[in-house]
Amino acid sequence: MTGLGRAGRTLRRTAWQALPTMIGIIILCFFLLKLVPGDAADVIAAEAGSATAETMAALRARFGLDQPLLMQLLAYLDNLAHLRLGFSARFNMPVSELIMARLPNTLMLMLAAMSMALVVGILAGWVMAIFANRWPDRMLQVVVLIFYSTPGFWIGLMAIVLFSVKLGWLPANGNMTIGADLTGFALIADRARYLVLPSLALASFFIAVYARLTRASMLDVQRQDFMRTAAAKGLHPVTIQLRHALRNALIPVTTMAGLHLGNLLGGAVVVETVYGWPGMGRLALEAVTGRDFNVLLGVLLFSSLLVIVANVAIDLLHAWLDPRIEVH
Amino acid sequence: MSRDGTLDGAIDIAAPAAAVLRPAPRRRGGRLLRACVTNPGFLIGLLILMTVSGIALLAPWLFPGDPQDMVAAPTLWPGEDWAYPLGTDSLGRDVASGLAHGARVSLMVGLSATAIGLVIGTLVGASAGYFGGHVDNILSRLTEVFQTVPTFLLVIVIVAIVQPAASTIALAIGVASWPTVARLVRAQFRSLREADFVMAARSLSYSAPRIIVMEILPNALPPIIVTTSVMVANAILTEAGLSFLAMGDPNLVSWGSMIGDGRDLLRTDWFLTALPGAAIALTVLSLNLVGDGLNDILNPRSGLA
Repeated sequence: MTGLGRAGRTLRRTAWQALPTMIGIIILCFFLLKLVPGDAADVIAAEAGSATAETMAALRARFGLDQPLLMQLLAYLDNLAHLRLGFSARFNMPVSELIMARLPNTLMLMLAAMSMALVVGILAGWVMAIFANRWPDRMLQVVVLIFYSTPGFWIGLMAIVLFSVKLGWLPANGNMTIGADLTGFALIADRARYLVLPSLALASFFIAVYARLTRASMLDVQRQDFMRTAAAKGLHPVTIQLRHALRNALIPVTTMAGLHLGNLLGGAVVVETVYGWPGMGRLALEAVTGRDFNVLLGVLLFSSLLVIVANVAIDLLHAWLDPRIEVH
Repeated sequence: MSRDGTLDGAIDIAAPAAAVLRPAPRRRGGRLLRACVTNPGFLIGLLILMTVSGIALLAPWLFPGDPQDMVAAPTLWPGEDWAYPLGTDSLGRDVASGLAHGARVSLMVGLSATAIGLVIGTLVGASAGYFGGHVDNILSRLTEVFQTVPTFLLVIVIVAIVQPAASTIALAIGVASWPTVARLVRAQFRSLREADFVMAARSLSYSAPRIIVMEILPNALPPIIVTTSVMVANAILTEAGLSFLAMGDPNLVSWGSMIGDGRDLLRTDWFLTALPGAAIALTVLSLNLVGDGLNDILNPRSGLA
């Protein structure tokens, strides 16, 4: 079968599997919204200062809040199908526009952090596996364990003290130099400088996770028969490590990376606050302080859908990398 | 900030090891004790953890009075006045007292959130694994939903809805963290369901709850115990992040809220941020060392040596 046909079939299968999860998440968000004390009518009444029981009832009828729960759920689903996530009273714009405006910043931060975590983590894990139980391995294990145990936002704050306050190398707040009208390479360099510390803070924990995973799965692969075969047919040790060991050891790492996307998004909330990064996480927090639950649940729903889509993409990548995976 | 599934790889490899442990119950105690004593990481972790717990338990006697009270001049550096060995913060509150009382909050939230997560996760996982079929389908879908939603965001939403207090924070973290346990318990129950001793129990017409609780659960425990320490570590990290964002219990001093308060003076008095963060890191480190140690001890065949 061609690679394209296989990818198409995998896409259909994984999308089909993702559908119930997606519906489940929407229902969860709907019930969380219903749990919020006070409804839209209360909010408007509070803003107006006073309201009679009749106006409240009229408002509820207008928003469909007097309908049975099931009808409300259907209306909610209908809104989502048209990408209407509601209106934010605090920011005075539709929630979907608000999220879309913040999304690119969060995506950039996540992408940078994930790449950093994968590259550094896999390298560290690989070195640890090569020197298993000798001093480089033991030393790295201690470092990795410290990264594994330290809150990322605290590493971020300490990095600000060192790199911004003491050394003055890197900026500590925002995502670009405000007012500097830059173009071309200077623009990219400016953005990159602002990206270093936040992505380090976000990546620190995941570097440790991938280092531990890579070490374990590399040690596991070393015991496989095909490794002995490769050595027996006289391949160069570097070739064996790169093309046979690392490639096979990476599959559990990429699977885990997909599962971690949700956690990465959660971590971004704190890191964005530390660095004043104008992303979705900080939007969620601003929504909490403003008690704007439309925005808050919009962020929750949207980021969950993002995780699902990313996982479908990773499944596709796997099917393309390793044809055997389709059998499962 | 949670770590759902980080240890899954290790535990999947280790799952058959639980079966290996079962025979020879008499020699097991001696072997386990020897494995504990010869594992330096486990011992160090246990020592740190016991010290932190001791400080948490004795905090009201070591540092009597409310840690939120102003006791001295603001922003004394550590060592500047030996009556306040770790200094004071911007409001003149004793940092050492805050750390000791914060340990109580962190450990209490960590332990109760883990207990809630363990109960929900075990119930869901055991039912899914034992009954299979439609029950398994529905419960697995439910697990997947909660695993897909970003844990930290879900905790923020729940806490924002029900108002922050130590108890509601523990509940929210527990509700958001059960899927890891559920997946683990389900896998264990699926493999143990067909074991001979379960068949024997069934043929004695024991009820399903009795088989689940009295027969299968004790045999599924080792990987659950390993996960427990990681879950407590996660819960402490989540609570720290939450109270750093000023969404913690407003009436209690916690390590996260101390970092949040100290952040305003980061440029001048960075020790106010550094000390509580170090306390979090040390506690979580000890829990991870204990977890890794337990993994080696209870699942000797696992790859994460």
